[in-house]
Amino acid sequence: MTELKIERVRKQFGSFTALDDVSLDIPHGKFVCLLGPSGCGKTTLLRVIAGLEAPSAGRILVGGEDQTQVPTHKRDMGMVFQSLALFPHLDVADNITYPLAIRGVDKATRRKRAEDLLELVRLPGMGARRVHQLSGGQRQRVAIARGLAINPKVFLLDEPLSALDASLREHMQIELRQIQQRLGVTTVVVTHDQKEALTMADLVIVMKDGVIQQAGAPMEIYHNPANAIVADFIGTTNLMPCTLEAGAISALGHRFEIDPRDRINAPQGAAQLSVRPEHVALVTPEAGIPAEVTFLRDLGESLHVIAQVGDHEITAHLPPGTANRPAQGDRIGLSFRAGERVVVA
Amino acid sequence: MSLAPETTAPRWIALWPAGMLGLFFLVPFGIMLAVSVAHRDMGGFYTWAFEWNSYARFLSAFFGKVMAVSLGVSLTAGAICVALAFPFTVFLSGMGAKAQTRVLVTLLSVLALSEVIIGFALSTILSQTAGIGNIFYWLGLIDAPQAFAPSLFALILGLCYIGFPFAVLVLYPPVSRLDPEIVEAARVMGASGPRAFFGVIVPNLRGAIVGAFILVFVFTLGSYLLPQLLGRSEHWTLSVHITDQAIYQSNLPFAAAMSVFLMLVALSLVGLASLAGRDRGAK
Amino acid sequence: MTRVLKTTYVVVILLMLLAPLAVVAAVSLNGAQSLRFPPRDLSLRWYGELFQQSEWLVPLAHSLIIAACAAALAVVIALPLALYAWERRGLMARLLTGLGLAPFTLPPVISALGFMIFWMTLGGYGQIYATILSHAIFLVTLPLVTISLGLGGLDRALIEAARVMGANRWTVFRTVIAPLLLPYVISGYAFAFVLSLNEYIIAYMVAGFTVETLPIKIFNALRYGYTPILAVVSVIFAALSALIFGLIGKFGNLPALLGAERIGK
Repeated sequence: MTELKIERVRKQFGSFTALDDVSLDIPHGKFVCLLGPSGCGKTTLLRVIAGLEAPSAGRILVGGEDQTQVPTHKRDMGMVFQSLALFPHLDVADNITYPLAIRGVDKATRRKRAEDLLELVRLPGMGARRVHQLSGGQRQRVAIARGLAINPKVFLLDEPLSALDASLREHMQIELRQIQQRLGVTTVVVTHDQKEALTMADLVIVMKDGVIQQAGAPMEIYHNPANAIVADFIGTTNLMPCTLEAGAISALGHRFEIDPRDRINAPQGAAQLSVRPEHVALVTPEAGIPAEVTFLRDLGESLHVIAQVGDHEITAHLPPGTANRPAQGDRIGLSFRAGERVVVA
Repeated sequence: MSLAPETTAPRWIALWPAGMLGLFFLVPFGIMLAVSVAHRDMGGFYTWAFEWNSYARFLSAFFGKVMAVSLGVSLTAGAICVALAFPFTVFLSGMGAKAQTRVLVTLLSVLALSEVIIGFALSTILSQTAGIGNIFYWLGLIDAPQAFAPSLFALILGLCYIGFPFAVLVLYPPVSRLDPEIVEAARVMGASGPRAFFGVIVPNLRGAIVGAFILVFVFTLGSYLLPQLLGRSEHWTLSVHITDQAIYQSNLPFAAAMSVFLMLVALSLVGLASLAGRDRGAK
Repeated sequence: MTRVLKTTYVVVILLMLLAPLAVVAAVSLNGAQSLRFPPRDLSLRWYGELFQQSEWLVPLAHSLIIAACAAALAVVIALPLALYAWERRGLMARLLTGLGLAPFTLPPVISALGFMIFWMTLGGYGQIYATILSHAIFLVTLPLVTISLGLGGLDRALIEAARVMGANRWTVFRTVIAPLLLPYVISGYAFAFVLSLNEYIIAYMVAGFTVETLPIKIFNALRYGYTPILAVVSVIFAALSALIFGLIGKFGNLPALLGAERIGK
């Protein structure tokens, strides 16, 4: 079993703290996404795991063995870089079997392994091609195959799909997840794209300012964010200041009874209320929070209503074909669906 | 306590180049400095001493004239080279990659040519029997075939010949990095070709031009064979005098002192050039 | 200015640069022992003469040996220096780089005199190895510049990728850096080779009277009058330089080597 354990890791670059006391337990065979805005420390954490950066404090353990003092080239990991880092002077097969070649594996075995891996990433028979003859998606697959060539203890990917266009990216997300499930390799992916994380991961880790904000299953992170940073970063949400009392929430001058299904992740007092746009309903001004429609955004699959309440802008996503569709400038009322309200610190 | 990220090359790798450059460049340099203050010995070469006699000889009228000729000839050649090379480089960098490569190959081949071959080629073309004298005679411009070398004109022509490819190669990086869109922007806003050239390209590359001028100046200052092949003895440069003192007059202290002086001039000029190149445009 | 005028300007200057060489090439075809232009009694006689007269063959051999060894030594010094300075920003790295750039930037007569006094003091004066070592130090700048350019263009992720895949320092160098750097090493060698072949003053001052190189031989011969054989040697040298730079231009990216950034291969 090769579970990955990160123990109280700190990383300082001069006076800048890139990682601040980060601890994680990643069970064997899990697919983990490190998610966060740029500069949050997620790439640094990946590089610390790979041994490309030495942590200022803390330990990295793989399968119970301390790797902190083990140099990169002895860690038996696989990694896909953001630029892919395919070797321009080698052909596809030699790129894929590079880690085998430097371990002294004989040529016939290498050729067989290259064929199998190319099969796995759906590029059969492409071994003799040069890297510059491949399309972006094909290079991606070669880089993934190369990272998996030695059956690595841990498979690391740094923003692997960021260079692809949107439709190919979605396709590759699914494929990468399927390959990982078939091989059962412990995988850590760095991404800033929350959809990517939600699509692929068993476990999503949201980071900001070098600190883990929340670690959990994708839907737990989505529906039950631990704090305002996570709520704001995952999906789109309406975030507004509120006051939490026993049994009730006050926000935007209104008071709501707390529903048992509402998620309260903050102590009583001043807090933030998060409501997803799909859980905002339009009612009459008397029945809800009075607001004015300032913009309508019709995407066909859904209608986005942007309404102004005092200083706050609230977005509601309505299903297509909604009856009595509002017009810009209309006075309306907003209601937050009971049970879908999240209070965070 | 933790593992430092590995660099590609270990630290000790610097020992070998440092040792070689130290032993064969810094040590010779140090010895030359020492010799420049040594005492000239008529019989042998020199005896170790500490005296300023060799430097004092700089103050003579003869040395002043040598310095003036050296600097004057190189300044003239440097100015001509840069004036010709700048538009050349601008036009060159606008050409296709293949054409650029061909022109660069030609320039490099000319630049690499030994001064002795250039001197020979130019003195042939300027000679009475084979060259432009013949063509002028044939065209009826002059009464009889005439030689144009040795002369000051021939010397400056020769220095321009070696300096021009050098000037282009020094100007090439900053010029080729200049964003072509700023010229296009000027054209779109109504600037004519020459106006865009003098109003946009030249000011943006002023630092690079000054830098190139100084580097070409230092380069021609080092010319040794051309003054002997194309000029008369009164056109001899400092380089020629240094060699003359070292080998034919056996006055190593004076030759060393002149070298130190030339080096100080060259170093301060190269420093000036890098300051000028840094200022702007040449990013 | 129109495109035609620009091209004309470039072409006219190139023709002026090539004119003296063309005259020399023509003169080399003179049948008699005289420098006439246009040449008379066209013949390749002097080309044959060159390869029979040992007074020309010995300097030619000297020049080739010195250039081949000096360029190799220059590369061997420049490569570790470039590798060391590549990832380091400290004082030592800058000092060493400056030391590597200095010999070629100063007027060569300074280095020449320094080498001359050095070898006189140490006792290598007049020996061929002294010329080789002096040329190598003088020309170390050229491979240093080309190799540093090559390293500057190297994607560091390639090296990190190799390390993650199990390559130690030496394996990274052998399997990734060396093959990618090879074109730059070769062009650095070629630059140093051509310039050593044509260098006069250092070769002259270090061992001019005992180890005659071709430029020294030409200059000495010039004093006794011009013969077509001088033209022949000049033509061969110019052709050799053009051939070597032409090869770099064909197989490498010459504009990028000379510092242009915008031109892809």
